[in-house]
Amino acid sequence: MRITVTVDGTKYTDDVEPRTLLVHYLRERVGKVGTVVGCDTSNCGACTVHLDGHSVKSCSVLAVQADGSEITTVEGLARDGQLHPVQQAFHDNHALQCGFCTPGMIMQSIDLLADNPDPDEQAVREGLEGNLCRCTGYQNIVRAVRDAARHMSPGAGPEAEQIKHVGVGGE
Amino acid sequence: MTATIEPEVGKSRRRKEDERLITGRTRWTDNIALPGMLHLAVLRCPLAHAKITSLDTSAAKESPGVIAVYTAADLDPDGSIGMPCAWPVTPDMGAPRRPVLAADRVNFAGEGVAVVVARSAGEAHDALEAIEADYDELPPVLDMEAALAEGAPLVHEELDSNKNALWVFDSAGAGTGGDVEQALSSSEIVLKRRFRQQRLVPAFMEPRACVVDPTGTQVTMWSATQVPHILRVMSAMTLGIPEHKLRVIAPDVGGGFGGKIGVLPEEMMALLVAQKLGKPVKWNESRSETMLAAHHGRDQIQDLTISANADGTLTGLKVELLANLGAYNGLVGPGVPILGAFMFNAIYKIPAYHFACTNVFTTTTLTDAYRGAGRPEATFAIERIMDELADELGMDPLELREKNWIKHEEFPYTTVAGLTYDTGNYEAATEKAKQLFGYDELRREQERRRAANDPVQLGIGISTFTEMCGLAPSRVLGSLDYGAGGWEYASLRMLPTGKVEVTTGASAHGQGHETAWSQIVADQLGVPFEDVEVLHGDTQSSHKGLDTYGSRSLVVGGIAVVKAAEKVIAKAKPIAAHLLECSEDDLEFTGGKFAVKGTDSATTIQDVALAVFAAHNLPDGTEPSLDSDATFDPENFSFPHGTHLCAAEVDTETGRVTLRSYVCVDDVGTVVNPLIVEGQVHGGLAQGIAQALFEEAVHDESGTLTTGTFADYLLPSAADLPSFTTERTETPSTTNPLGAKGVGEAGTIASTPAVVNAVVDAVRHFGVNDIEMPLSPMRVWSAVRHGTVRAGGPGNEAGGGLGSIDASGGAQ
Ligand code: FES
Ligand code: FES
Repeated sequence: MRITVTVDGTKYTDDVEPRTLLVHYLRERVGKVGTVVGCDTSNCGACTVHLDGHSVKSCSVLAVQADGSEITTVEGLARDGQLHPVQQAFHDNHALQCGFCTPGMIMQSIDLLADNPDPDEQAVREGLEGNLCRCTGYQNIVRAVRDAARHMSPGAGPEAEQIKHVGVGGE
Repeated sequence: MTATIEPEVGKSRRRKEDERLITGRTRWTDNIALPGMLHLAVLRCPLAHAKITSLDTSAAKESPGVIAVYTAADLDPDGSIGMPCAWPVTPDMGAPRRPVLAADRVNFAGEGVAVVVARSAGEAHDALEAIEADYDELPPVLDMEAALAEGAPLVHEELDSNKNALWVFDSAGAGTGGDVEQALSSSEIVLKRRFRQQRLVPAFMEPRACVVDPTGTQVTMWSATQVPHILRVMSAMTLGIPEHKLRVIAPDVGGGFGGKIGVLPEEMMALLVAQKLGKPVKWNESRSETMLAAHHGRDQIQDLTISANADGTLTGLKVELLANLGAYNGLVGPGVPILGAFMFNAIYKIPAYHFACTNVFTTTTLTDAYRGAGRPEATFAIERIMDELADELGMDPLELREKNWIKHEEFPYTTVAGLTYDTGNYEAATEKAKQLFGYDELRREQERRRAANDPVQLGIGISTFTEMCGLAPSRVLGSLDYGAGGWEYASLRMLPTGKVEVTTGASAHGQGHETAWSQIVADQLGVPFEDVEVLHGDTQSSHKGLDTYGSRSLVVGGIAVVKAAEKVIAKAKPIAAHLLECSEDDLEFTGGKFAVKGTDSATTIQDVALAVFAAHNLPDGTEPSLDSDATFDPENFSFPHGTHLCAAEVDTETGRVTLRSYVCVDDVGTVVNPLIVEGQVHGGLAQGIAQALFEEAVHDESGTLTTGTFADYLLPSAADLPSFTTERTETPSTTNPLGAKGVGEAGTIASTPAVVNAVVDAVRHFGVNDIEMPLSPMRVWSAVRHGTVRAGGPGNEAGGGLGSIDASGGAQ
């Protein structure tokens, strides 16, 4: 089947098998290998991307279902050499070790902050429940998300505007 | 004028590694795609124990995209290939051959029986279904005690029992202490307990994978491994590939925790198939395959007998272990429980000690190293029984520990297990932890809740611990029959522009070596942190090494970096003297500068590097290079320690456990990067707490793994864990010039007993003195309802002595 999708701002038209998962399409056809696969049961969240502004586990979406959509992967977050505030916060707070869960964590965190721009610790923990990390014990991830929230709050400066660019919230 | 240079070591540097990882510009093994690359998929037997009666691959060979299908008869026709075990713990250890693919008998559910090669991974997996495999089921062997019973079905027909080895240490025999039997029979209190270490899955987030490219002058293998150097030498030895014709690369590796220490049958399959077909091949497993076929950890039955005087002074400790190895010897599997032998006495002065471990084969997935390897198991058992002993004696558990631990002024101290602990200060760590935790106030609250019959009870768990880190002294490893040394390698190269390339044999998989090593080099050479590049994980650049496990990276590998830097400075000095036209004796090297004492005349090490490159004006006979190799093999292990305190709330009506606070004070010696250390502690705590509360790999009675996905195996999420308070004390190690002790495993080792002790403490007044891990709400609830009084294991004599407590009578 033929699909047309926009991935990180670039339009792609491809023939895909109906059974192709979005994550495999992104990795193998579009070359977005920053998005990874950690499980085969939609439990780990490593494959999280944004589909029309909302986070999805790309291993549980068929490529054909994404036809006509805008997709943002971790590779499309940084703009003009500037990291997205959530990426920056992960770095600043040592919120990653091996980094395998990190793309999914970052994508989920951005979605979480779009829904709740000022989450308390419990809200962050619950918002990240679908994303597993084996290295960090989550504490620094939680810290990073709350740190990013501070940087992205209204009046926090031009950095904060970036979140609109990546289409969170379906804009 | 001398600029003050802030030392890099000790700074919370944000990691160099992060940039590629947060932007998705990573090099996972699964990202590697080569022209013409083929894909492998492994057919795994679903039965735990079976004879293969027929294996028909003809239909699979006709399946779309399929290039070839191989069985054992194709890949290893004379049945000569056996997967390596590097740790034969006794000379008579049972060592059945572990084939690359099972030929006629399958010994655990998940063992490979055939491999499909196809143009795409999807086609390879589709073709698996077309293979017709028939089996005659054999009786599974699952329970360790039953496996050792007379007449039990054999896992391996060619062995005469399921016992792999019996390994014994006795302090009277070794001359490190007294006779345990005598201690047990003459002590005022003898307490026996049986503890279980459930089976765990290491659960690194990146599944295992490898890519083999046979098309160059060498065979190149990328693997999601934590041991590229060991993998190269073992592959060469196993398959007879000349070692210099094989290059192994561990690119970005998504976690290991000991789980990626194995040399895998799938890696051997990929090497064999790639060479046969002359084409690059990739094997990339699914999570369900990882759960089945990657090795598991723990799985021990621990029978402990401890004796003491009525005042709490310990007099003896006897440990009898059963360790489940699964179906075969893993790379270091048989040695994992043996490492624990040295840690059961923990931080305590125990005058008599006996340790005996029986390794057992069963028809289950192999067990091998998992974060802490042997030491968490030991620490758990001793810290649990110390709490039980305190209860018997009517003492505060912390007071019992203080009474018996090695005092600060007694270091260095040689333990009953024969190890010499160099430095430590248990008093300082404990005092700090108590203050942060609010120990006394929490104890008062606990009493109030008990008195009020609060449905939510509060428990306080203690774990004071030490571990042996920096798995090296090669001589010591040799005395334990470990098959390799424990040294580590580094090389350092000053480039013409003054930048520095460092290679390390300690291959990282998330530990932040690139950052920490840069900090070390920056201080040693006086160059900017940014000017250092750290290369690792490629046998071609970091051309020797023993990789990363057992918290050895910094305390062995990091010190090799220091040694390499010292050599480079020594090489640079005569050149600097020549350039400055002075005598070497007049030069001092600080902050990257060679300065003539008492003058303004100086040159930088970067200038020397350029002069060496140009080679126009060097002292006669100078080799124009500013680089060096170094290896480091320490004299002793290092011994980090700490005090962990956990407050747990237990809802006695539902059995639900909530961790209210967790405080730990770890002493890991000198810290290179506090941020990295803190992160390692957090991650370790999460894994250890998960063992206490959530995780368990379960086989059903037929030997099928019923926890084979992340949907069934309870890996904690952010919502399941609390925030931790992590602090430090710093008693530098005397084992190495940095004074570092190692931190990778501390959190895991100490947290499991802290949590279980807290939960048992919360409900002890219901007659509970143990709950088996993981402490699920169901188990906690039924313990509260019925009380659980743990018995000592069978085969233990009820200890003698005055106040002897027969375990079967328990503490009711
Ligand atoms: S790979 Fe998609 S949730 Fe695990
Ligand atoms: S950083 Fe390794 S799994 Fe999260």
